[in-house]
Amino acid sequence: MPTDFWDPAFWSYTTPLLWKGLQYTLLITVLGIAVALVTAFVAGLGRLSEHRPARWISLGFIEVFRGTSLVAQLFFFFYALPQFGVQLSPIAAGVIALGLNEGAYAAEIVRGSIQGRTAGQNEACIALNMGKTLRMRRVLIPQSVPTMLPSFGNVMVDLLKNSSLVSFITVTELTTMAQFIRNDMGRTATVFLLVLVIYFILSQVLALLSRFLEQHFAIDKTRRSIFRGTRRLDPVGGGIG
Amino acid sequence: MMGSTLAAAGGQTWDSAFAKSLIPTMLEGLWTTIQITLAGMAIALVVGLVVAIIRRSKIPVISQLFGFYVQFVRGTPLLIQAYFAYILLPDYGLTLSPLVTGIIVLGINYSAYTAEVYRAGVEDVPVGQWEAATALSLPIQRTWGRIVLPQALRSVTPVLGNYLIQMFKDSAVLFAISVYELMGHVDTIGSDTYRYLEPVTIAAALYLIVSLISSQFVRLLERRLVLSR
Repeated sequence: MPTDFWDPAFWSYTTPLLWKGLQYTLLITVLGIAVALVTAFVAGLGRLSEHRPARWISLGFIEVFRGTSLVAQLFFFFYALPQFGVQLSPIAAGVIALGLNEGAYAAEIVRGSIQGRTAGQNEACIALNMGKTLRMRRVLIPQSVPTMLPSFGNVMVDLLKNSSLVSFITVTELTTMAQFIRNDMGRTATVFLLVLVIYFILSQVLALLSRFLEQHFAIDKTRRSIFRGTRRLDPVGGGIG
Repeated sequence: MMGSTLAAAGGQTWDSAFAKSLIPTMLEGLWTTIQITLAGMAIALVVGLVVAIIRRSKIPVISQLFGFYVQFVRGTPLLIQAYFAYILLPDYGLTLSPLVTGIIVLGINYSAYTAEVYRAGVEDVPVGQWEAATALSLPIQRTWGRIVLPQALRSVTPVLGNYLIQMFKDSAVLFAISVYELMGHVDTIGSDTYRYLEPVTIAAALYLIVSLISSQFVRLLERRLVLSR
């Protein structure tokens, strides 16, 4: 443990800076999750659309955002867009890039869970003369939410961790603050250790929140608790970390 | 910022000649990215396996410690891990090049994910296989080496392939500790010329091409390797 850990001056200097950074990290994460959720449903339902152009556009969007690096996407939205005459604020660029990137992963979750409904549900709706929109809104989506939640939990944690990358586009969140403190005070590993611990706690809180939501939305509580233990691994956990 | 002044001054939006001149440098960056990814994956595959076996062996304290290791690494950003290693290692007299530091960090980071993949693969091996090995009183090394792992690895290979692709894209983070991979070149070109659109677009295209081709390959593997139980 480095010596500055026991130095009160170190704490009185770093605490306000890290607190400020933490607020930006939380802001970006929350806004990013909101954008990701909207993106996930728009692109995910687009993939299931009856209209071919909607399917193709959604597929193209998902492949491009999943197939390229988030760092490249951040650079594009912040540094390359000005060449088209569009200058986004660092926070806006960060939230858009993070939200679209994680939204593309989450879109596949939305598509997968809706497609995974048993055919009988869909057929029953058709038999009851429900239109396509009503079928989605009242039956298929509500039934799919419990299946989506565990994977959405992973997406949220990924988004939190990836929010550290917005330090590349000058947002003064935790990572930037840690860099700032390091430049100011010299090589201090303590700050980065501290920031690691903060991120760890935040991600555990998010994981806990997602578990709570899972329990809350479970259709059949006893059955879900059995399935939990034998959940098959998720091939694309979006493991950026 | 600088880009907008350029555009306002009547600079072209997309400069083809400039873009063409960047291609050799960008391909060099891509090659570095691929090397980092392969080396990092080699570390992740070995370390992850060791972690998974130790956790499975239920050695008191040590297994729990490794469990925490997996949880901690998965719960923290790769970027901060990279900074941390980049600053910390020299303090302990280990002065490594950014490239080597980056490979180690990437490998360690992904070892936490591969450990979970292996764990799931091992859990998928029917209990009867373990019991049969015990009944034949096979030594523990042979149980793992000849019975459990061959079956577990087979079903788990496509998942590891997906992580390889993920790692390929994640390695971009390492430009922050001055590794000259694809995004490192984009950053340098951009800050030298104030033109980011061309290098970013080329980089994105290269990432996309490689990951689309590799995910087709992983899909092929999946069809060939995964047994339906």
